Amino acid sequence: MKLNLQNVVKRFGANTVIDRVNIDLDGVHCLALIGPSGGGKSTLLRIIAGLEYPNSGSVAVNGKPIEYQDGALLRHRRSVGTVFQAFNLFPHLTALKNITLPLEKVHGRSKAEALDLAEGTLRRFQLLDHSHKKPAELSGGQRQRVAIARAIAIKPQVVLLDEPTSALDPEMTAEVLELIEELKQEGRDLILVTHEMGFARRLADRVALLANGSIAEIGPPEQIFGEPKSEVTRSFLSRVLKY
Amino acid sequence: MIETWRDLILAPSGARDDVSPPTIAKVFNIALALILLIALVCVCLVSLHVDWAVIWDCRVQLFDGWVVTVKITAFALVLSTVGGFVLALCQRSFLLSLRYFAKVLVEIVRSTPLLVLIFLIWYGLGGALGIGNGWRYIMGILTISLFEAAYISEIFRAGIESVGKSQIESARAMGFTRIQTYRYVIIPQAFRQVLPPLVGQLVSLIKDSSLLSVIAIAELTQSAQQASSNNYDNLETYFALALGYLVLTIPIALWSRWLERRFKYET
Repeated sequence: MKLNLQNVVKRFGANTVIDRVNIDLDGVHCLALIGPSGGGKSTLLRIIAGLEYPNSGSVAVNGKPIEYQDGALLRHRRSVGTVFQAFNLFPHLTALKNITLPLEKVHGRSKAEALDLAEGTLRRFQLLDHSHKKPAELSGGQRQRVAIARAIAIKPQVVLLDEPTSALDPEMTAEVLELIEELKQEGRDLILVTHEMGFARRLADRVALLANGSIAEIGPPEQIFGEPKSEVTRSFLSRVLKY
Repeated sequence: MIETWRDLILAPSGARDDVSPPTIAKVFNIALALILLIALVCVCLVSLHVDWAVIWDCRVQLFDGWVVTVKITAFALVLSTVGGFVLALCQRSFLLSLRYFAKVLVEIVRSTPLLVLIFLIWYGLGGALGIGNGWRYIMGILTISLFEAAYISEIFRAGIESVGKSQIESARAMGFTRIQTYRYVIIPQAFRQVLPPLVGQLVSLIKDSSLLSVIAIAELTQSAQQASSNNYDNLETYFALALGYLVLTIPIALWSRWLERRFKYET
């Protein structure tokens, strides 16, 4: 994927949460955003997802600039798959219906097509046995895997994952991370906000560290985790890798 | 299980408040309450020397009134539910004039006694429009619908707000339009929250309709008053009156309770 951010600024009231962020990537399949809480990772991801309007600056995904107006933004949101920390699924619908609903209503697929696509995706993720369960009957890990299946089923140009394992226990975290790794191997483009440093290191081909709303350092994982150049990166990593 | 007399009169002790008492204890205590109430009524009746024949004499008049009450409440039920739904959506409208119009209207209607509202709309609005006697029932139905719609809109609003922000965010991220988000995400989830209190409000509607008697709508209460002024015997007809309303309200109240329990267990 190609990702270009130019001087992106986002303020909430007097608070500047994203402060002139520049990113220029080409040929990257997995970008991991790491950094301290409140550093702006999630906000940046939400701007790329078209869920948040930047105050200034520009964002382009695969060479196509995102127009931050209602109609264009709706089309942009439909072209990316977004997975949140938790509570992604609609609790009143079965796992299968959760996937077919956006396919039918948002992407205009026929009932049969949507069902085919949904079942295919669920089968691939070994979730077909659970397709008629409601989210309340699924484990946290299964719920998150269905949410990822839903994001994938629309064939998005890029999948955005906002701390997809933060609400899960270690065992379920592993099950979800395995699935994300599979996506990477299938050649899907991912942008991932995560606190799982080991995972970021193994999976990402670019890692960006955000602190205080700006990028402290961006580079290949070997550089960020091996020989960090910035003081902010060093102190962050020494804190999170201590235990 | 019932082991000692304590189990029969006391709720099960322990940390949990939601443990239901044994069925035998329930039946026993409900029966006890009913016996006490009926005994009280009987004492009153004996000392008042009631004459049940009076009710029999005006049975046609009372039944006609009862039918009118059923008709009025049936229309008002539909109108107030639709009105409440529209008012709840207006309160969330992007158009600020519409949003605040709905909010102000709901607050004013909820803060005005229904009796006053009935007078104001019939004599005030009706008078200003110069509408004739034929409009009496329509205005009555509209008034009570407006009054209940204000409460129902608050029920709907609470139901809509009970749907988590993350759900709306999820729908937005997938590219649902605003209308699609309401249609496929918010309303289906709000529905189960809203149904029990909505059905409960119907009970209020039926009871509140009795106030329409003040503008000479010949519903149940008005008929009872007519009947008692014809035969100078108030009390007997008021018994019949209470019974006429209870026949309508108790099944609905029980239905509301049942819905509440059912949806609680399902989630």
